[in-house]
Amino acid sequence: MTPLAGYLLVAALLFSIGLAGALTRRNAILVLIGIELMLNAANLNLIAFWRYGPHPEALTGMMFAIFSIAVAAAEAAVGLGLVIQIHRHAHTTDLDQMNRMKG
Amino acid sequence: MSFVFYAIAGLTLAGALAAVLLKNTVHCALALTVAFAGLALLFLELDAQFAGFAQILVYIGAVAVLVVFAILLTRGSETPKDGVYSRNWLAGLVIAAGVFAVLGWAVLGSARSLPHETAAPTVTVLQIGNALMSRYVLPLEIVALLLTAALIGAVIVAMHEKEGQK
Amino acid sequence: MIETADQIFVLLKHWLVGFLPAGWQPVAGVALSVVAIIAFFPALFALTVWIERKGLGRMQNRIGPNRVGPLGILQPVADAIKSLTKEDIVPLSADAAVHFLAPLLLVAAVFMGFAVLPMGRNMTLVNMDAGLLFYFAMGASTELAVFMAGWSSRNKYSLLGAMRAVAQMISYEVPLLMSSVAVVMMTGSLSLTKIVAAQNHYTWGLPHWYIFTPWGFAGFVMYAIATTAETNRSPFDLPEGESELVAGYHTEYSGFKFALFFLGEYLAMFSISGLGATLFLGGWSAPFSFLGWVPSWIWFFSKLMLSIFVFIWMRGTLPRLRQDQLMNFAWKFVLPLTLLNLLVAALWRFLGEGWERWVVCLAILLLAYAFMGREGMRRGHLGPRRYRYAE
Repeated sequence: MTPLAGYLLVAALLFSIGLAGALTRRNAILVLIGIELMLNAANLNLIAFWRYGPHPEALTGMMFAIFSIAVAAAEAAVGLGLVIQIHRHAHTTDLDQMNRMKG
Repeated sequence: MSFVFYAIAGLTLAGALAAVLLKNTVHCALALTVAFAGLALLFLELDAQFAGFAQILVYIGAVAVLVVFAILLTRGSETPKDGVYSRNWLAGLVIAAGVFAVLGWAVLGSARSLPHETAAPTVTVLQIGNALMSRYVLPLEIVALLLTAALIGAVIVAMHEKEGQK
Repeated sequence: MIETADQIFVLLKHWLVGFLPAGWQPVAGVALSVVAIIAFFPALFALTVWIERKGLGRMQNRIGPNRVGPLGILQPVADAIKSLTKEDIVPLSADAAVHFLAPLLLVAAVFMGFAVLPMGRNMTLVNMDAGLLFYFAMGASTELAVFMAGWSSRNKYSLLGAMRAVAQMISYEVPLLMSSVAVVMMTGSLSLTKIVAAQNHYTWGLPHWYIFTPWGFAGFVMYAIATTAETNRSPFDLPEGESELVAGYHTEYSGFKFALFFLGEYLAMFSISGLGATLFLGGWSAPFSFLGWVPSWIWFFSKLMLSIFVFIWMRGTLPRLRQDQLMNFAWKFVLPLTLLNLLVAALWRFLGEGWERWVVCLAILLLAYAFMGREGMRRGHLGPRRYRYAE
């Protein structure tokens, strides 16, 4: 197994763990934690392919990963703001109880 | 595959597993921080120093603190009465297992045609700066606009209702 | 002879490492430097605790500790023995694992920051290309440790202190980074050894330190404000103000763990003063070219101890800021000035040598300071107090 395959497997495992967390937990914040894990797994994939790919001096993979980190931070901020506002309105963050469109 | 890689990968996966399995939400957030740190070490192992330090600075220094503050502000540390897993947790687990099976099959199936060991690239911050200002200047400006919009949006979304009605 | 005195620690390390087989030498060299840092800076911490208590005492018109040893010099030893032998009380409802790990994480993150400081010529532990970024990444990790300490104690005062401390540290993180970015922009590198090398030139015997330029001076002042807030020192020490919050986020810690928090705070002060000396005061370079015979590490540590003395001086002199005053100050005054400082630094480079750039840069900075300061004072209704006496 090449080193690249090792990193890709770790990224795939991390992605599925994040996906499992996002799909099985009740608390909205834990869903966001799962989403952050998925984004990190994608970043790991990008950097692994950059390192073991044909043209690492073009910096494409590294740039993509850096922009992804910045955008993920912004998305986490807005997502958590939304969760806080929903908690203020519904007094719960339990996603199983938020199954109606009526406010 | 070196022992260092296995150790760091084990740490990252243990942190990620703890982050989705633990009952106490704050413990989940702290386990997530361990997973972020493990990922930063993996980036350093892949000779991407700038990405590794940016990961620590942004994810551990900002996103983890954000998650923890959100947990505190929404009383997430109280255990819910119906348990911590949702009603259809089995479907979610099956889907995640299916995704991992497909990805793992794809990686292992193409292991023969994946690139082999190449020399470690020496990337200086000067090269990254030049690239950001020449080839990637448009994404840089767009990300700046996006971050400004996210900042203003997060503040407006999370503002107190009383002030919103004024 | 001068070279030997300057490089004495490097030569000592090479001599000691030379006893080992060639395969072990790099690891042994790094391990030896790490042990030296771990041994030296806590010793400096003990000395600084004594200096602070005596200095504060004199500033407050009292003597300070004078019982233990001549002039109270053994007071830190007494404090160390006390904190090691005190009972380690953990509250029953506290989160035991997190409560235990928080001081460890704080001290570990702070020690990592020392790895990139150039303490003398050729005396950087790890000469990284992105050294400054590594330092700030380690500083960002301390916020999480502070929060962990406050939350795990299950105590209202601890949690409140921790939230205030984290909010303060995050607010002042941005001016800290932005004032350093001006230095990085003018040097063209994030490597701390290159930043010191860029300041190690002399014209007519005077050094090219960045503090002697308008943008460097403004940057240094803002860096000093931001570091005082980052390390929770007076006048920004509301998170640990004894009169408001018992002891803030380290209320429920006793014995050795409290000593670890104390150690972590002072070590953070040392490393951030060292970084300030590197960025603005020329690091290990001598003030005048004819003083170049003094070893470089003496200059670095003198600048560090001078910064520590200014910290102690500020603690004894200035009153404490309230939380909202401190946040307003960060976001509405210091941050816009750091952004303007970046612009002024760029103007400095592009106006070329001569007297015009001094006039233009000084004018912009002074006008901005006057206008924003006046605006801030007017909004906060600050100014000379008007007394009304009962007649």
